[in-house]
Amino acid sequence: MQVTNQTIVLKNCGTIDPGELGTYLDTDGFKALAKARDHMSPESVIEEIKASGLKGRGGAGFSCGLKWELAYQNPGEEKFLICNADESEVGTFKDRYILEKDPYSVIEGMAIAAYAIGAKTAYLYLRAEYAYIMETLSQALEQVASRKLITDLEFRIQLGAGAYICGEESALMNSLEGRRGDARLKPPFPVDKGLWDEPTIINNVETLVNVPAIILKGAQWFNQIGTEQSKGTKVFSVSGDVQKPGVYELPMGTPLSALLEMAGASDIKAVQVGGASGRIVPWTELDMPLSFESILGSGAVVVFNRTRDIIDLNLQNIRFLAEESCGQCTPCREGLEVMLEIFTRLGNMEGQSEDIQVLEDLSEVMTTSSICGLGQAAPIPIVDSMQHFRSEYDDRISKSALIRKTSMIR
Amino acid sequence: MTNAIGPDTETTDRKRENLLALLNDVQRKNGYLSKEELEAVSQSVGLPLSEVYSVSSFYSFLTKKPMGKHVIRVCQSLPCYMKNSQMIVETISAHLGVSPGQTSADGLFSVELVNCIGACDEAPAMLVDNKLHGHLTPEEIVRVLDSYK
Repeated sequence: MQVTNQTIVLKNCGTIDPGELGTYLDTDGFKALAKARDHMSPESVIEEIKASGLKGRGGAGFSCGLKWELAYQNPGEEKFLICNADESEVGTFKDRYILEKDPYSVIEGMAIAAYAIGAKTAYLYLRAEYAYIMETLSQALEQVASRKLITDLEFRIQLGAGAYICGEESALMNSLEGRRGDARLKPPFPVDKGLWDEPTIINNVETLVNVPAIILKGAQWFNQIGTEQSKGTKVFSVSGDVQKPGVYELPMGTPLSALLEMAGASDIKAVQVGGASGRIVPWTELDMPLSFESILGSGAVVVFNRTRDIIDLNLQNIRFLAEESCGQCTPCREGLEVMLEIFTRLGNMEGQSEDIQVLEDLSEVMTTSSICGLGQAAPIPIVDSMQHFRSEYDDRISKSALIRKTSMIR
Repeated sequence: MTNAIGPDTETTDRKRENLLALLNDVQRKNGYLSKEELEAVSQSVGLPLSEVYSVSSFYSFLTKKPMGKHVIRVCQSLPCYMKNSQMIVETISAHLGVSPGQTSADGLFSVELVNCIGACDEAPAMLVDNKLHGHLTPEEIVRVLDSYK
């Protein structure tokens, strides 16, 4: 499902044949790479991407052009370009959609990025759960190679093996190096010391697909769309209590309520935006714009109607995060286990009065001292839901106390 | 030294870069990683067995125990949970007599509960080997399972 009023990323999805390179070439395919490689220096490619205001679409939202510039400038024996196709954030499926229906845009975006930073090897890290897309990707690469559209770049597809944390850039690099997918402390950042300690760029699939369009149509065209801090469009993955789940591409800054209406959401209690540790927006604040300066993350939008139990939803997300934690650092590993224990008890009507304070204290510790975003962001939906739905927590705890009292009397 | 935390096990020698691909290959061919295969892999990349064991234990798609001929992975994450992923578990249990973490007596199917497989728009969903099955109903699940017999 797509919205056609402004499609940049999803432009070819459903209109070209992903198995036939010719159909991509018919829609200006690989003209951007030719323009960049034959008529622009790496520095001017980087300037164009910087001027466009393109920011990362995986969830972190860092300036793409600035990242490329740093990797380009930094000294190194060799440079690496990695396309992060380990999309594992709960409620996110936009990259799956793009990879299946328009692999060529991804390949072209990767090639332009590699040219800009001076990389001779480009990796695409594909999550194991998307192994069914491997054939589409390999065949697309074969066709590109046989037409000699890219000759000075070695492409490697690495299949993951089932680990959410490998979508985090530093864990991804460890996985590519044949290690456990542990996260690394940052700094140093990948642009300084990345894969094998060399300057490395990791870009999300959606980020890279924006690149050919920006090179062809120009930065000025791109930065007219969106808001002050969030240029261009965003592809949203909508699921949960909606009539029309699917991908939606809209200009940055579109109000959440507009997206929810398109997706056929009604009787809304809350919406979680950005994944398992995404913000929880209560039904009273749905006019919030979707942008980096407001609320965004990976663009996963999961809708909860009035029948949903907020505590149960938090339990499901915490269970996910506790399982997927790489386990290196105490705040995340132990903190999530404690949170899981608390939410499990709350779910079983065994809440204790001190549970709220423990959750608040843990939230602060995990946010400030976890090594990576998994632990740092895990408390976000808990903090949000305690702020907007505090009565549900209080209610659960008092009911739990009543049940204990009642069973003691018997 | 590329690991910020943990013992300095080796230099930035890249001999281990194929490790995950090798382990994936063995898992794909044999349905699990036996001790013998792990030893062979550790010889091939020039790393201690303990190190190879450590890497293999990190990833949920790599198993030490034999899996069934077909691996069913049922998504248990929030969007599928909201669309009654429990129904999938119950239907499979009723039809095959297999619960998550188990393999059928005939060795045909293993069932695992997994985290978000990126099919939230088709919830509730499952993977059978490399094939995605979404919009599942009890009838559809039975039809899919029978197609493998």
